[in-house]
Amino acid sequence: MTPLIGVVVFPGSNCDRDAMEGVRALGGESTVLWHADATIKGVDAVIVPGGFAHGDYLRPGAIARFSPVMSAIADFAAEGGPVVGICNGFQVLTEAGLLPGALQKNRGLKFLCRTVTLRVDSTDSVLTSALDNGALLRIPINHFEGNYTCAPETLAALRADERVVVRYVGNPNGSMDDIAGICSEGRNVVGLMPHPERACDPLLGSTDGMPLLQSFLAAASGAGVSSRPG
Amino acid sequence: MSIHRQLGLTDEEAEEIEDILGRSPNHLELAMYAVMWSEHCSYKSSRLHLRRLPSDGELVLVGPGENAGVVDVGDGIAAAIRIESHNHPSAIEPYQGAATGVGGILRDIFTMGARPIALLDSLRVGPLDDARSRWILDGVVSGVSGYGNAVGVPTVGGEVVSDATYAGNPLVNVACLGIMPVDRLVLGRATGVGNLAVLLGSTTGRDGIGGVSVLASAGFGSDGDTDASEEDAAAKRPSVQVGDPFEEKRLIEACLSLLDAGLVVGIQDLGGAGLTCATSETASRGGLGMDVDVAAVPRREPGMEPFEVMTSESQERMLAIVSPDDLHEVEALCRRWDVRATVVGRVTGDEGRLRILDGFDGPVLADVPAASLHEAAPCYDRPRRPAPAVPDLPPVPAGSVHAGDDLLAMVADTAWVWSQYDSQLFLNTVEGPGGDAALLRLKHPVTGQDTGRALALTLDGNHRWCAVDPRGGTAMTVAEAVLNLACVGARPLAVVNCLNFGNPEHPEVMWQLSECIDGMSEACRALGVPVVGGNVSLYNESRGADIDPTPVIGLLGVVDRLERRPPGVTLADGAAVLLVGARSSDLGGSRWAAEVLGGGRPLGSLPSLDLAAHSATSSLVRQVVADGLLVGVHDVADGGLGVALAELVARSGVGARLDGVDGHRELFSEAPGRVVACVTADDLAEVERRAGVAGVPLARLGTAGGDRLVVGDLVDLAVAQVVGTWHDALPAIMGAPVAAGPGIPWEGKGSVDGGQG
Repeated sequence: MTPLIGVVVFPGSNCDRDAMEGVRALGGESTVLWHADATIKGVDAVIVPGGFAHGDYLRPGAIARFSPVMSAIADFAAEGGPVVGICNGFQVLTEAGLLPGALQKNRGLKFLCRTVTLRVDSTDSVLTSALDNGALLRIPINHFEGNYTCAPETLAALRADERVVVRYVGNPNGSMDDIAGICSEGRNVVGLMPHPERACDPLLGSTDGMPLLQSFLAAASGAGVSSRPG
Repeated sequence: MSIHRQLGLTDEEAEEIEDILGRSPNHLELAMYAVMWSEHCSYKSSRLHLRRLPSDGELVLVGPGENAGVVDVGDGIAAAIRIESHNHPSAIEPYQGAATGVGGILRDIFTMGARPIALLDSLRVGPLDDARSRWILDGVVSGVSGYGNAVGVPTVGGEVVSDATYAGNPLVNVACLGIMPVDRLVLGRATGVGNLAVLLGSTTGRDGIGGVSVLASAGFGSDGDTDASEEDAAAKRPSVQVGDPFEEKRLIEACLSLLDAGLVVGIQDLGGAGLTCATSETASRGGLGMDVDVAAVPRREPGMEPFEVMTSESQERMLAIVSPDDLHEVEALCRRWDVRATVVGRVTGDEGRLRILDGFDGPVLADVPAASLHEAAPCYDRPRRPAPAVPDLPPVPAGSVHAGDDLLAMVADTAWVWSQYDSQLFLNTVEGPGGDAALLRLKHPVTGQDTGRALALTLDGNHRWCAVDPRGGTAMTVAEAVLNLACVGARPLAVVNCLNFGNPEHPEVMWQLSECIDGMSEACRALGVPVVGGNVSLYNESRGADIDPTPVIGLLGVVDRLERRPPGVTLADGAAVLLVGARSSDLGGSRWAAEVLGGGRPLGSLPSLDLAAHSATSSLVRQVVADGLLVGVHDVADGGLGVALAELVARSGVGARLDGVDGHRELFSEAPGRVVACVTADDLAEVERRAGVAGVPLARLGTAGGDRLVVGDLVDLAVAQVVGTWHDALPAIMGAPVAAGPGIPWEGKGSVDGGQG
C-alpha cells in the first residue's frame, strides 16, 4: 500500500514542497495539511516541515503551536501515529509539547547552512528503523535556532531510554550532548534539525537522507516500529 | 531653498513640469514628479547610453524596461531575471538596507508571474581592518540571511570583495531568478476602463519617504569630514525602508495564487517611489488613466499627508489590477494568506490622467498626465571627459618577489558569508555558493517535473580592470562570466547588469559609464548574448571621491543535459594540471600589481581580449565539463593563475607540483580566457585532442598530489598552510569563531572538514 503523508503548511513554511518531493521520490504520496484546518485528513503519517512558521515571530514555533491542525496532530501522535518535525518542524513540536526540550540560537549566533555528519544512535524510532546503529550520514543543516537544550533530568531520561536518535559528529551549533534529533517515549514522534529531504539525490551531492525517509514511509505503512502501540 | 530644490528637482525640471501641466504644480504634484524624475527612477543620466546595449535575441520574451527580463528556457518554461542595487540604504542601515534590497528584487520577479527560485548577491565593502566596514559587511550579510532565508528563496551564489574604493560607499547588488510557464507571463499594465486597482500587502507608513531621491540619487558627505559624513548618514536613516519577510512570503503565495486563478489583469510591485510609480506606470503602460483614492490607503500611523502616502516606500506591497466581478474572489484568496487587499484606484479613460483624490468622490488633490511621470522625464547628455590614465607598471627588481607570501595574502574562503544563507531550498542546488557559478536543476514550475536540464547563474565584477580601462574591463568581465558558466557546463543565454558608478555630474564618471556600456555591448554582441535588463546606481561617492567604476554582470545560462555534477573547484591526486587558453605574463590591471606594487591602486593597461579565441575556449571547457572529462576546474580571474591554483588546493586539500609556470608575471597575470583544469591520465589524450581540434592552446603545468603546493622556484607552501590561511582569513577578521567550520558543501575533503567542532 502506498502510504499517504500529510505535510503541514503554516504561513511561512517553506520546505513543504521539498518534503513532498522527497516523499514522492521514495514512492509515497503526500497531501497538504493546512494549518487552519483542525484535521489531518486521515493520513498515515505527518511531516511538520522546515521554514519560518508565522515568521518565527516571538520565537520559532511559539505561534504555530496554537494552529488548529496541531491539536489533530497531537491526537494522532497520542495514538502512535508517525510524526516527524524537520528543522522548524522540530521547533514547533517542542513548543507544542510533543517532544521535550527547546532549541536556542546557535552557539556562534549565526545562521548556519552546511552539510554535517550525523551518527545514528538509536534505530528504534520511526525515522531510523532502516539504519544501523553507528551509521554515519552526510545531511545538510539550515537553521539559526538549532542548539538543543533541556533540563538535566530530561537529558538523563533521553539518554537512559536511548531516545537521542541522531547526534552531530563535530557539533556545529552548541547542541547539548551533540543532539541533532530525538524521539518521543512512544518512539513515533521524531524531531531533528538536519534536513533529510535535502539529501535524496546524487545530483545534489548526497543520498544519505533516503534511509531516514524510507524508515518513515515504512512506519507510515505500518511496518516500521515494533514498539508502536495498538 | 525653494520646495522643488528641497525635493531634488532642478529649476529647469520645475519649469518643465509647469509646461506639462500648463500651471504651477501643487506640493503633492511636485513631490510625485520629484520621485519619478529622480536618477533612480528615470535613469536620466544613463538612458541615452543604455540604448546602445544589444537587447534582441530569439529567446528574449521581455527585454529591458519592464520589471524583469524574461527568457524562454525551453520545455514551456520562461525564466525571469533581474538585478538591482541597494547601495546607499545599506551604507546607512546595513541590515535593513540589504534585507529590503532582497525584498524588492523578489517582488520584481513575482510581479512577472514567476516564482522566485534563487537569489545571488554581490557585496563590496571597504577594507575589513576598518571597524565600520566590518559592521557594514556583518549587517548586510545578516540582512540577506534574515530576509532571504525567512522568505524562503535560496541564496545560491554571488561575490564578496573588500577594497579601499568602497570604504565610504559599499555596494550591495542583489539578483533574483524566477521561473514560470511561458503562457503565464504577466505585465504591469492597467487595462479595461472601470477595472479596480487593489493594493495588496502591508500598510503604508512614513518609512522610506523620498528614498529614491534623497538617498539613492545623491552621494554621501561630499565635502564634509567623518563627523559630518556620519551626521549626514544619521539624517538620512529615516529614508531607509524596513523589511518584513513574513509579510513578503504571504504576499508571494497570495499573488502567485491570484495569477494561477487568472484573477488579475495586471500587477505591479511597489518599490522606489511607491504608489506614485506603481499607479502611473500601470496606467501609462496600458495607455489609460487612473483615479487613486489616497484616503483609502491603509496607514501605519495617523496624520500622514497625501504626499507621504503617495511617495512612501513601505515594503511588501503590490498593486493588482482586477475586474470588479472578480473582487470578491480576490479578497477571499488574500484572506486565506492573511494578506490585506484594499481597492485604492479605478482605471479611467480620461486621456491618461493620473488623479489623486481624497475619496473617490472627494476633492482632486493632484491631476497629471500619467505618462509624463515616465516618458517626459528628463534625459541628459551629460558632459564626458576621459578619466586620467592609471600609472604604468614599474619594473620589478629580480629577487624581490615573494610569490608564496603574496599568494597567501590573496586567498580567503567566503564560506563565512554564504554559510549564513539557505542555499539549498527547493532541492535544485547542484552547485551552490563558492564555486565558479551556481547550477540549479530545472524543474517545471507547476508540475515539478524534472526537465533533465539545468540553469546556471553567475555574478561578476572587477573594479580594477574597469578603473584601468572601463571599456576593456567591462568586456573582460562579460568574458569572465561566460567562462564561469562554462566551468559548470553551461552555455550563456542572457545578461543583466548593475552599473555602479560615481557622480554623473563628474565628466570622468559619465565617460566611464559610456565606455562601460560600449565594452559590454561589444562583448555581448561578439559572444551572442542579449542584455535583458539592468539597473544603474549613480552617486556612489563619498567625501568627493567616486568609487572605481563597477559594472556587475549577471549571466544566466543553461545546461542542455544535466547528467552529472560538474567537477567543481578541486584537484585529484595524480591527475594532470592544465592551463586551458593562451598563456600570458601581462600584469596590467591585476590584483597582484595593485596590492604589491601600486599601494592598492591598479596599474598598467589591460591585457588584450580576443573574443573569438575566448569563445572557442569557453566552448571547449563547456563540452569537456559536460562530458565528464575533467575532475576539477577553476577559472583564472582575480589574483590570476596563482590564486586559481591556491583555491584548487585549499578546496581539495590536495597539493600540486607545477614546473610549467614562467615566473611571477605568469603566476599573477589576469589575462582573460583561461581556466585551470585537472584531468586524469585516462582522459588526458582526449582533452588534448579536443583542444587541438578547437585550436585552443593547452599547457601542461604539472601534476596534482602530495602535501605541498610547489610552483617552480616561485612557491613552496604546505597544503595545510594554504588550507588554514584560506579557511581562517575571513572568520578571523570578522571575529567569528573559526570552529564554526568551513562549510565545504557535500563531499568536502576530510582534511578541510577537520576544522569543525
